Amino acid sequence: MTFSHFLTPFTDDAMRRALVAVVVLSFGSAPIGVFLMLRRMSLMGDAMSHAILPGVAVAFLLSGMNRIMMTIGGLIAGLLVAVLSGLMTRVTDMKEDASLAVFYLVSLALGVTLVTSHGSSHELIEILFGDVQKIDAGALYLIAFNTTLTLCALAVIYRPLIMECVDPLFLRVAGRAGALAHLVFLAFVVVSLVSAYNALGTLLAVGMMILPAGTARFWSRDMSRVILVAILSAIVSGYLGLVLSSAAGTPAGPSVVLMAGAIYFLSMVFGPAGGLVRRFAPGRHLEA
Amino acid sequence: MSARITFRDLTLGYDRHPAVHHLNGMVEEGALLAVVGPNGAGKSTLFRGIAGLLKPLSGGIDYAGLDRRHIAYLPQSADIDRDFPISVFDFVALGLWRRKGVFGGFKAADHHAIEDAISTVGLSGFEARPIGTLSGGQMQRMLFARVILQNARLIVLDEPFNAIDSKTAADLMALVREWHSEQRTVLAALHDFEQVRTHFPETLLLARTPVAWGATRDVLTAEHLARALQMCEAFDDAAAPCADADTPQAA
Repeated sequence: MTFSHFLTPFTDDAMRRALVAVVVLSFGSAPIGVFLMLRRMSLMGDAMSHAILPGVAVAFLLSGMNRIMMTIGGLIAGLLVAVLSGLMTRVTDMKEDASLAVFYLVSLALGVTLVTSHGSSHELIEILFGDVQKIDAGALYLIAFNTTLTLCALAVIYRPLIMECVDPLFLRVAGRAGALAHLVFLAFVVVSLVSAYNALGTLLAVGMMILPAGTARFWSRDMSRVILVAILSAIVSGYLGLVLSSAAGTPAGPSVVLMAGAIYFLSMVFGPAGGLVRRFAPGRHLEA
Repeated sequence: MSARITFRDLTLGYDRHPAVHHLNGMVEEGALLAVVGPNGAGKSTLFRGIAGLLKPLSGGIDYAGLDRRHIAYLPQSADIDRDFPISVFDFVALGLWRRKGVFGGFKAADHHAIEDAISTVGLSGFEARPIGTLSGGQMQRMLFARVILQNARLIVLDEPFNAIDSKTAADLMALVREWHSEQRTVLAALHDFEQVRTHFPETLLLARTPVAWGATRDVLTAEHLARALQMCEAFDDAAAPCADADTPQAA
């Protein structure tokens, strides 16, 4: 790896688009990830990312490698699974995590079956892990549109969502805003996943959400700062991931997530809010 | 708008098993009512019903026009995520939710109101602390501060003085007395009979069915308490449907 690799994301045309994509994605995915983590739904995001695959696959069968169509397909499949598993939780004794697991496993199997029955394994890899080289202007607009929508929605549901996280019962006595905020939030988990899938593929899209959120938790105990740090770390891992991808020729999705993982482990060791160094070498105790 | 609530042959429970069975009666506006009874007597269930979290199996509660948003409910073990990165100040500010809604801004007056509530419960200086760093008693003080800001007509406190020291209990009890003097209706589930005798003019002794309801000194008699202990048995899975269900008792 040479210095020039660090400049590739700014010079190469395809890479430049990829850089814009990951930076814009960071603004939507990272705050969503923070809420997923604080609601102890980190793995739920993972399950949802599998759930969008059959929708992407059906769109692929109908229209080939058309990103817009595949994004819409993923959106429909993801929302369908979210609604169905929510419904299943309410009408049966099944808990939400279990019913979600059922749906996402079936979805993943269905999606892979559909793609391989009509496409090559190369195309399957591209859908599962993404290909930043293929991001065109249309995909960029889509990502920008989704992120804008996500940020607006988060601004509206921010207060009830925080209340729903910290003390759900309080909001239930006061009315229905909590359940509504939860539903809107779930919908935008899907929206963020679908737009992240364009760059990172369906399997790793959730990496742009959860890893930066986990990182941020080691740096602050204040909600707005947690979100800010999450966005920043998502941007940095996006950039470094693209550098790694261009230097080593690896697919962008895994490279970005690897970088986010590296930043996470560094934060786990050195972070001031509950990091390992602070925990095991806290310094002399205070007077009061 | 009054804060009078009436129980009309109210049966609350879980999975068809009654936990509060055929309760009739009225809580007058401005009442300070202690709800006592053994564990499993249905106190928490009754409060969940009043807060609208539990649908009655039969009968109902008449709120006489009281809006649900004017009810402040403090559950027995508040289901609060103590790891959530939120400060004491911001948490207490949630009490203004029904006046501020999704977007309402916080003005200087609101900041004063929040500061006042925090200092009233003796937590001045804790404003910026994350809620996870509070002790059990401080947590309860913080929850009371939120109740202050809710400015509710009907306040329902489920065992509010459990597992907190006598100083904190006394401070919070003084707050309850103040709410009483402001003509708010206050219901509290309690286990400390001394406290009930000292501070609560009216008491409901519950053992799934109401054992006695009235002036505290008439309710807390040895005979009533003995009867309450007897009546609290476990659910019978093979119990027949309640014959009383279709023939409501007179109020």
